Formats: sequence, structure tokens, C-alpha cells
Amino acid sequence: MQADPRGVLTGVHFLDGDHACCEGALAAGARFAAGYPITPSTEVVERFAARIPTVGGTFIQMEDELAASIAIQGAVWAGAKAFTVTSGPGFSLMMEHIGFAAMTETPCVFVNVQRGGPSTGLPTLPAQADMMQARWGSHGDYEIIALCPNSPQECFDLTVRAFNLSEEYRTPVMFMMDECVGHMTEKVVIPPAEQVEVYPRRHTHRPPGAYKPYEPEADLVPEMAHAGEGYRFHITGLTHDEWGYPGMNVPTQDRLVRRLAQKIRAAEDRLTIVDENGVEDAEVAVVSYGITSRVAERAIEMARQRGVKTGRCRLIGVWPFPDRHLKALAARVKAFVVPEINLGQIAREVERVAGGAARTIPVTHAGGGVHHPQEIFEAIMEAAR
Amino acid sequence: MAKGNVTINVERCKGCAFCVEFCPTKVLALSSAFNSKGYHPPHVVALEKCSGCDLCGMYCPDFAIFGWRIKEAPGQEASDAG
Amino acid sequence: MSALPEVINPVEPFLRTERMPHIWCPGCGIGTTVNCFARALLESKRNLDRVAIVSGIGCSGRVAGYVKLDSFHTTHGRAIPFATGLKLANPSLEVVVYSGDGDLFAIGGNHLIHAARRNIDIKVICVNNLIYAMTGGQTAPTTPFTAITTTAPYGCYEPSFNLCALAESAGASYVARWTTFHVRQLTKSMSEILRKRGFCFIEVLSPCPTLYQRRNKMGDGLDTMKYYKEKSKVRHGAPTGEVALTKDGEIAVGKFVDRERPDYMELMRGRLADQLGERYVEMECPVCH
Repeated sequence: MQADPRGVLTGVHFLDGDHACCEGALAAGARFAAGYPITPSTEVVERFAARIPTVGGTFIQMEDELAASIAIQGAVWAGAKAFTVTSGPGFSLMMEHIGFAAMTETPCVFVNVQRGGPSTGLPTLPAQADMMQARWGSHGDYEIIALCPNSPQECFDLTVRAFNLSEEYRTPVMFMMDECVGHMTEKVVIPPAEQVEVYPRRHTHRPPGAYKPYEPEADLVPEMAHAGEGYRFHITGLTHDEWGYPGMNVPTQDRLVRRLAQKIRAAEDRLTIVDENGVEDAEVAVVSYGITSRVAERAIEMARQRGVKTGRCRLIGVWPFPDRHLKALAARVKAFVVPEINLGQIAREVERVAGGAARTIPVTHAGGGVHHPQEIFEAIMEAAR
Repeated sequence: MAKGNVTINVERCKGCAFCVEFCPTKVLALSSAFNSKGYHPPHVVALEKCSGCDLCGMYCPDFAIFGWRIKEAPGQEASDAG
Repeated sequence: MSALPEVINPVEPFLRTERMPHIWCPGCGIGTTVNCFARALLESKRNLDRVAIVSGIGCSGRVAGYVKLDSFHTTHGRAIPFATGLKLANPSLEVVVYSGDGDLFAIGGNHLIHAARRNIDIKVICVNNLIYAMTGGQTAPTTPFTAITTTAPYGCYEPSFNLCALAESAGASYVARWTTFHVRQLTKSMSEILRKRGFCFIEVLSPCPTLYQRRNKMGDGLDTMKYYKEKSKVRHGAPTGEVALTKDGEIAVGKFVDRERPDYMELMRGRLADQLGERYVEMECPVCH
């Protein structure tokens, strides 16, 4: 369905990634946000606080990230689309509630504008070191969807997509920006509302009495109901049955947890979102995401000029990891070069999936800045040898 | 004739005896019978004293008992407490 | 044994009867508080479709699973922020938070303070059994000085919180304390808060016969109810600073605070309308018809 025009700031803008992300949320139909200030993400909610009273919704700055990450879920169960925004230290605090959202199948978006870590780290400088945390940060078995934009335009477009995916799969979605993309200002084109596709809440059509909160549809996703509609449903973070009631035993756990995982895994192909160029006959494929992909682009250019057939494989969807896609690529290339602003997080995934069919060469960066194209270029040349 | 009566859900009872203690007219006592969980539920021992005030119902933590007033109507008889 | 029921317990439709009997121990007072709550809700004649209950983790947190309302059993300490989001996104809901002393005042303390400060229109019922019961009887911020718990095996040597004073100083519009002995008064208080806007707080002292009372040799549930009867003194309007609980001292009960303050939505709408005039667009309640 098309977006509600009240939230769509149609036009050609000059915005940074944080601001564009906020506009993406509004265009996607977000009408509730709860946040807590943390550099370099704060602008997202600052803009939301300024915009939402004229769009029609509510922003509340909560007392901490623990509160923000669950207040949004209360708003979702009242019927709104909602999101929160943070960076590393706040992301760590939100982990329990990311798990709660996964377990209760609450659609919502968590934006992490990554900065140097660990701990307080480098509040104003970029990193990409929360990528594994986005996947595994909360306790227990669950799958997650994570998207990585590499420009303010993508901060708009992919935020809309993040909301849509969260509604389609009834799951929290991690929107993994980085400080560079968040604070870089570029042209952002926001189309007319009719051209913005939004995925509506998967609300049940069954009447009260015929509705079970956790009865899965064919795609393993259950339909939702909201408080106040007469369904008198129950949701809990405890292991639960199709009624939502606690069922703390092995069969219920097995059924529930496997379905939650399979819900996402079965959609791997649909959730494989990559931006590729020159991979058909590549000797070396550069796998990157976020701001690093823009530096990598220059390095790829340099390598191609030197005659190395270099493919670009930019991951837009980082989780679920595009196993099948990269495995197929591993069969064709000699090596992967994986530059990222961390000590080798997604590189491990690439290596795992390659399974020895191709070498994986990480190009690490401890954080606080971006790579120099030369570093990545040298790695490509080394890989091609 | 009693002005009220109680309904007891024997299987829900956990034998806490709040109802027995706080009934203002001492209508109830714990019985020597057991429910399937091994608790002694209450039973009515002085029905004629029951006013149907439902204090027992208000106290019961297990929703196992409630009191009700018998509406006086021509020809209506109070049910047996059993 | 029972009279043939042509009559149905008026609270029965309010319960998820298929989940009875519940998990609470014999003599535990939580169920008694739920009885009072059911009666208060029925008396309020509210449309129960529009009443949502949010709880945290603990024995008291299990209330959400047993009442037939839209119910949310959330994470430990975070019922109040969840309730805040629920209420702000659909202000037509009556949102009740039902949880325990540890959940609301230890891990959840910060959230309680801020919700009271903001005067968010939610109704908080805090069942205070002076202990962390579900996990086996550990010290809570309310555990009285010298009481025995599993994490204070030689007796608690921490000063305990005065929940009513804390709620009042944080900004609550309504503060009352009762015990599970005071079923009529508790029901009345619950009815009152259902008619009041703003952050309302009721503390209900309840026995935990299995853990608190047993470890402190204070008898069973019934003994505790009699103890409440003996030790309680109604002190309506008392300064909350004077109603602190001790291990075996007087239990001050009553309504301590009942004041009018603009609630959060009123303040928000007022400010935004004032600044934005015609441009202000209120949250369109997603499910209001």
C-alpha cells in the first residue's frame, strides 16, 4: 500500500544520514518514537521530535535506553509503527528488549548509528563493530534482519524497507548505520507518497474468539491484534504456546524457537539484498557494507585499472547472512577481500560460508575513521596473486 | 431461612482458610475431605447464618468460593448447601 | 458440597478460567488483590475491551496471565515504560500496571520515578510481599531491617524503601497503602484510581507464606492476615514520610495522597497546541473507532 502523505516530505533535500533516516521512518508510517540521547544518533530523534507534532504522532525521550526500547513495543501493541535510535552503549542496553521483540514477534525498528567501541569508545567517530552484536547480542536462539545503508539516500530508502520487513516478518529489524553515513550530508530525493510502498500491519481478520495470537500463517508469521480491540489476548516473553500462554516445557520450546528461526531462514533468498557489479567473471570479490563500501569502490576501480577482475559485492542486508549467495560466489572467485571498520566480524561469516573454496582476506580497522582506498587496493592485489 | 449461600469450587481451593476466618458469621469450616491436590476445602456448617455478603469471595486468593444473596420470591426455596 | 449454581461468580468472566488453578501458593495474597481488582473493574462499568494490563516478572507479574484482558507480561522492571508506550499510542486505553515490589522498585525503580514525575496516566498496583518470591526468597528493597532472606541469611542489614514516600516525592497523583486483609478498602481504592487521571499508585502488603513468612517464623498466610489486622492502623492523609514499614511495627494504611496535577498527555497537548496552533496534529489513535 502507499505511504500516508502526511509523513512524506516529498522533494529534493540536502540532508545527513541521521536526518534522512528520520524522514524514512516518517514516510514508512512511524508515528511513535522513544529515544535517549547518544552521539552520533541523537539527530534522528531530535528531528522526529520536531516533525512528529505536525505529522500526527508522539515522541518521548525516555529516562534510559532500557525504557526506550520497550516503550516502542508498547506503542506497537497499541497499533502504531514505532522505532528507537541509539549507538553502541545504548545498543548494549537494549539487548534484552531486542530479544523480547524477537520472542513476542513485535515489529519495530532499532537504529544503531555505530561509533567506536568497546564501552564509551569514540562517541563522535565511526566504526562498524556492532555487526555481530546485532545478530547475537541478546540471549537465546533467534534470527535477526539487519540492513546497512551507505549514503543518506539509502538512510531514507532503507529505513522504509526496514519498517516494511519488520511488519512482513513480525520481527525487530536492526538498522545498522555508522557515524560517517549518519553525519554526511548529501542529496536525498524523497518521492511523492504514491511512490513510497509501505507494508501494513499484518492485522488479523478473524474475530475475537477465532484468533490465536501465535498461530502461524503459511509463511510461519502469525497475524497480529492490538490492545483495545476486544481480542483479550496475552503476550509474554516466557516460552509460549499458540495462545500466547506460558508453556515451559521442551515440546513448546522446540516448536516456538524453531519456528522463530525458520521464519527468517526460510526467507533467506528474499532477504538477500546485495548491490553487485562485475562479479560474473571476477577473480577477487570485495565484500563490504556501510561507509566502507564507498571507500572500497575506489579501491575496486584502482584494481580494475591494474587489470584485476574485481567484483563488488556490497551487502545491504547483512543479516540473515546471504549464505547461499556468497557460497555460490565463493565457487567462482579466487578470494574475498572484506574491509570493515572492526577487527574482522563479517569477514568471519564470509570465511565460514566460503568453506575453503576461496580465501578470505580481512582488511581491518580498529575504528575512529575510514580505510584509505590504498589499504583495500593492496589487499585486492594480494588476493589476486 | 438463610439470606445467602456460597458456591465452592473445590478443585481450585488451596485450603488457606481465609474464608473460614473472615466470614463474619462463621458459616464455614475446613472440611476433612481432600480435593485432588490434597487440600482441605471449606464447607458450609451454618448455612442459616449466611447473609450472602461475599466477604469469603473477596478474600479468596484462588477464586474458589463466593457468596450470594438469595432473592426472596414467592415459592422460591433456598437450595441445600449439601 | 456446593450449592447448585444458578449464580455465577461475578468475577468469573474476568478470569482466564482455563488456566485455573493458578500458580500462587496457598495463603499467598496476590489472588486476593486480583479479586479486589476484578470487583473494582466491574463496578467501574468500564468497557473491559479498553482496559489493558501490563506486568513485569515475579509472582505478582503472573497476574497478567490470569485476567481476561489484553495483557502483556513484559520484562523485569519494565512494565511501566511498556505501559507508557501503550498509553501514549492509544490514550483511550485504561492501562494498569500490576507488579511486585522488586520489579517496580529495584530494577524498575528508575522507570517508576520518571512515570510518576511525568504523571503518565497509568494505574500502578504494587503487591508488596517484602521479598523476591518467584526466584526463591531473596532480599528486596522493601525487606525489613533484620529480616532473613536467602541473600541475607544473617538478617537484612539494609535500610528498606518507603514505597509510598518515594511514589509521592516522584510526583504520583494518588498514593495509598492497604494490605490483603483490607479487601473492601482496597477495592474502593482501586475503584478510585480507575476514575482518576494521572499516575496512581497503590501498595498492597501481601503474605508470602512460603518464603518471607516461613523464613522469618511468622506463620502462614492466615497468620499473616491476622497480623495485618492487628498491626494496621488507618491513617488517611498521613505524611508519607511517616508511614515507613518495619519488621514488626505498625502498618500505616490508608489513602495518603490524592491530588490534582495535569497528566502527561494534557501537558504535551497543551504545549504543542500552544506553540504550533493549527499546525499541531494529535496522534491519530490507530485503533480508535
